[in-house]
Parts: sequence; structure tokens; C-alpha cells
Amino acid sequence: MIQNPSRPAVIVADQLTKRYGDFTAVDSISFEVPAGESFGLLGPNGAGKSTTMRMIGGVSQRSGGTLSIMGLDPEQQGPEVRAHLGVVPQEDNLDQELKVRDNLIIYGRYFGLPMSYLRPKADELLEFAQLTEKSTARVDDLSGGMKRRLTIARSLINDPRVLLLDEPTTGLDPQARHILWDRLFRLKERGVTLILTTHYMDEAEQLCDRLIVVDQGRIMAEGSPAALIREYSTREVLELRFGADRNAGAADAVAGIGERIEVLPDRLLIYAHDGEAALDAVTARGLTPLTSLVRRSSLEDVFLRLTGRSLIE
Amino acid sequence: MSLIRDADLVLKPDRRPFAALYSRNIRAVIERGLMATRTSNAAIMISGFVEPVLYLLSMGIGLGALIGTVQGPEGTPISYAAYIAPALLTVSAMNGALYDSTINVFFKMNYGKLYQNMLHTSLGPLDVALGEIFLALLRGFLYATGFTIVMAAMGLITTWWALLMVPASVLIAFGFASIGMGITSYIRTFQQLDWVTFIMLPMFLFSATFYPLDVYPQAIQWLIQVLPLWHGVELLRQLSVGAFGVMTVVHVLYYVLMIGGGMMLTTNRLRALFLK
Repeated sequence: MIQNPSRPAVIVADQLTKRYGDFTAVDSISFEVPAGESFGLLGPNGAGKSTTMRMIGGVSQRSGGTLSIMGLDPEQQGPEVRAHLGVVPQEDNLDQELKVRDNLIIYGRYFGLPMSYLRPKADELLEFAQLTEKSTARVDDLSGGMKRRLTIARSLINDPRVLLLDEPTTGLDPQARHILWDRLFRLKERGVTLILTTHYMDEAEQLCDRLIVVDQGRIMAEGSPAALIREYSTREVLELRFGADRNAGAADAVAGIGERIEVLPDRLLIYAHDGEAALDAVTARGLTPLTSLVRRSSLEDVFLRLTGRSLIE
Repeated sequence: MSLIRDADLVLKPDRRPFAALYSRNIRAVIERGLMATRTSNAAIMISGFVEPVLYLLSMGIGLGALIGTVQGPEGTPISYAAYIAPALLTVSAMNGALYDSTINVFFKMNYGKLYQNMLHTSLGPLDVALGEIFLALLRGFLYATGFTIVMAAMGLITTWWALLMVPASVLIAFGFASIGMGITSYIRTFQQLDWVTFIMLPMFLFSATFYPLDVYPQAIQWLIQVLPLWHGVELLRQLSVGAFGVMTVVHVLYYVLMIGGGMMLTTNRLRALFLK
């Protein structure tokens, strides 16, 4: 389902596969991303998200299927495709031997851009990343959040039309994450197509117009965050804790309340349209949980429903 | 930054050869190398220059005092220091080129992550490989120039022909660097790199570096004459005294073929080396 069919597809993946020996990291996945969309790959570590990103960027060779980025195969036209891509890898791979500003300049030189363009562009991006004061600092002396912002600024040096972000906010504190999200929204307003992987459901809900839920190299579900929650979960969730050894036993006692029950090691989840009503039903049976919480369903619940496992282990 | 329109999102394919691997931008890789050298440890740069000089001082002057004069390439007697100096220069060209194209490339690929960030741009693996080889040769050129100056200062140079040792060293380094990068594409662990050192050391010791080849039985001589280092040692030794012959051409041709073969191997292995 494409939200805005009037715009051309920027990425078309058809039965994309990557094998390492006997291990299949990406197992015949197909998806399309229209221009200007913010598209997410949500899944746990090892689901094949980064491998998919590397194939899109043309730095990993696929084992099967076809892939088209802005009309070209990144394996045959790597340099031409990457000229219009921005890449934020999972691990910051800044150039330790260059100063902060030189990291931006030299990265721009890799794209063959002239110094007359790069000098003002580097200053603009330092501003964007709030690193103007650090322009002559060594990369090693930056904090984790600063390094992440510099990596993102660097990915914008060539005014990319498509930006690939692999776990963009992993390891950032909440404030730094919000600054980053704000920067990404601004890029989206300019028409940049964003492709991002994440295992944070709040990030996926905040940033993605549409996403695929990936597990063990396969697509489990596809849709907008709201549509996925509607389809695979109830409106609300009641979380109950009875104490470590009693959660499983309590599951039998609450059977029949709500639409579905999940037993996790530390709590029970009761999926219901009305969480408060479900809680009333639980207490009416004479059960007294240690704690109870009613919340809205999230993508975490979608993932649990689809795979039987938590997103973050 | 202007708004992106739909027309911007349909790219035209690059029809030129090697479009998948090459963006005609070796210069950016070289620029980065030079900029990084400015800020990185100068000690590493200097050590590569000092090593052959130390050998020359200890063996040339030390052992030379015991040995006196030996027969040079044309049969004329020359000092022992003058005999081994071109060989030491050859070995230094080999060591530098192999170090840069094996250990250094392996480290930058797997640990420093430098190539990953280059390959996320429009640079292709061929740009990176050629740029790195150029940097290795530039370094080799500077070392060779420095060493030749030291030789001159020690009075070991008697002819202008000896200046040709500098470009010849670069030729030798190119041969080893092109093969070295191809070899690196097969390497998976640091332990496997020890094999490179394991081959270099005996070549250094036995390729007529410190004494003439005719001390060996015929079969061993043939083996050594197949290996690249001997051709380099003989070439530079001939150039150092300006004694040319048919063999000079053979030595040069050996390296030209080695570069051709090495570059073909490296180009074929670029995907294995850089795009996993």
C-alpha cells in the first residue's frame, strides 16, 4: 500500500536476498518507497535491517532479487547512485585523523564537489549540527551525541535526495534524540526521502509514515504505525504485575478478560478495547496485582503479536 | 538546499567503463591521505626512512671494514657499502609498498572503517585502491630520494646515472603494492597477514642483498631469480654504477609485467576486498 501513488518510487526492492554462507540475513523481501516518504525498517538486532541498508547503499552485494534506487541498480551504478544518497551508518565511522570541519570537507571531496561549494556548506552544516564551536576540535574529543550529529551533518554534504539512517539515535540521550528528530523533520519538509532502521518503537511512531516490521530477514507486516496498531493490536493494553513466580499462574485466573493475553517473564499483558474495564473485571475476580497500568497499544505490541517476542531483549 | 522534485529522482546511468567501481576521483583519496599525514604521527613517517639508513651504517661501514672492496656489476671493484646500498633501497621499497598495501589496507578496511566511509560516497573501490597505491608510491619516492641523498653524502655515488634509482624504486614499489592489495583481498584474519612477513624476510636475506648470487647451487639461484626482489636488487645495483645491459631491460620488464598482473588481480578482487 503506497500512501501517495502520484509520486514515483525512489526505491524498489523485489525479492531482495542476502546470504552469508548458510546463513540467510535477508530472506527475499520486497518493498517500494515513494518519493518524499519517511520509511522505516523496524525489528530487533540481527533482523537484517542493516544488511538491507548496505545493499541499498551499494556497499554490499546481494545474493538474489533485484533492487532499483532512483531507477538504477546500485551494484552496477554504485558511484552514480551514491552521489545522491546520504548515509548515516549504525556506528559512527568519522575520520579520526581529521579535524571536525575537515571531516565534512574531505567527505564532500569524495563526492567530487569543489572547495568553493564545500567551504560555506561545511559551515552551514556545522551550524545545523550545533558544532560551530568545535570546528577545529579532534573527533576523539567529541561526546557521543556530538559525533552522531557530525555523522548526520556529514551525510548531508552532497544535498542527498535519499537519506539512509541506520539506528540514528541509538546511544543518544533523550534530549539529543529530540534535537535529531527535529532535524530529520526539517529534511523531510524539503522533500528528502528518509529510510531509517530502528528498534525503538517511539522513534518509528514519531518519524515513519510507513514501515515494515522485519524479523529473521523476513517482512512480518507493512503499513503506517497507526494502521499496524489497529490491525494487530487492541486500542488499549492493561499491564499487570503479580510478582515474578505468580504471573504465569495468574494468566489462567484472568482468562477470558479482554481479547488476548500475553505472558511475559515480568508481567501480564491484557489486550482490550477498554483497559480500565478490563482492570475492573480483574479485581472483580478477587485478584490483586502488585501494580497495574493501562496504556495505549504501541508498535511493541504489534511486534510481540507478530513474532511472540519482545523488540528489545 | 532547494526542494526536491520528481524529476530529480530519476537518475541517468553512467555508460563509461568501470562505472560500477570507478568515479574518476582518485584525487580526493590522495587529498585525504595528505591531510591526515599532516596531523598524524610523524614518527611513523620517519622510521620508514631511518631503517635502511641504519642497515647501511651498521653493515656498510661496520661489516664493510672487514670485507673491504667487492666486485661490482661491471666487474670493477667497489666498496662493500656501495655494493649493499642499492639492495637496501630495494628492500625498503618492497617493505614500504607491502606494508601499505597489506597490513595498512587490512586495518583501514576492518578496524579503522576508513574505506567504509569512503565507499558510502560516490567514490568506487577502484578510486580507493588507486589512491592508496599512489600514496604508498609517493611515500616510497620520498624515502628513496632521502636514501639516495644519504648515499651521496657517504660518497657511495660516483655517477649521475645513480639518480635513476629513485624512479626505479617507485617502479619496484608499484609492483609490490599492486600484488599486495590483491593478496589482501584473500585475507580474513590478522594471523594470515603473518604469512606475508614470512615470505618477505627470506627474500630480504637471500636475494643477493648482502653477497652475490653465485655462492648458491644452481637450483637455488634459479629459484631466487624467479622471485621479484632479486630483479629489483640487480636493477638498482646496475643503475647505481651506470652499468647497463640486456638484463637491465629484463629487470624492468619483470616489474612492468608484475604491475600489469597485480593491477588485474586487484581490480578483479575489488568487490571481494571492498563490497562484502
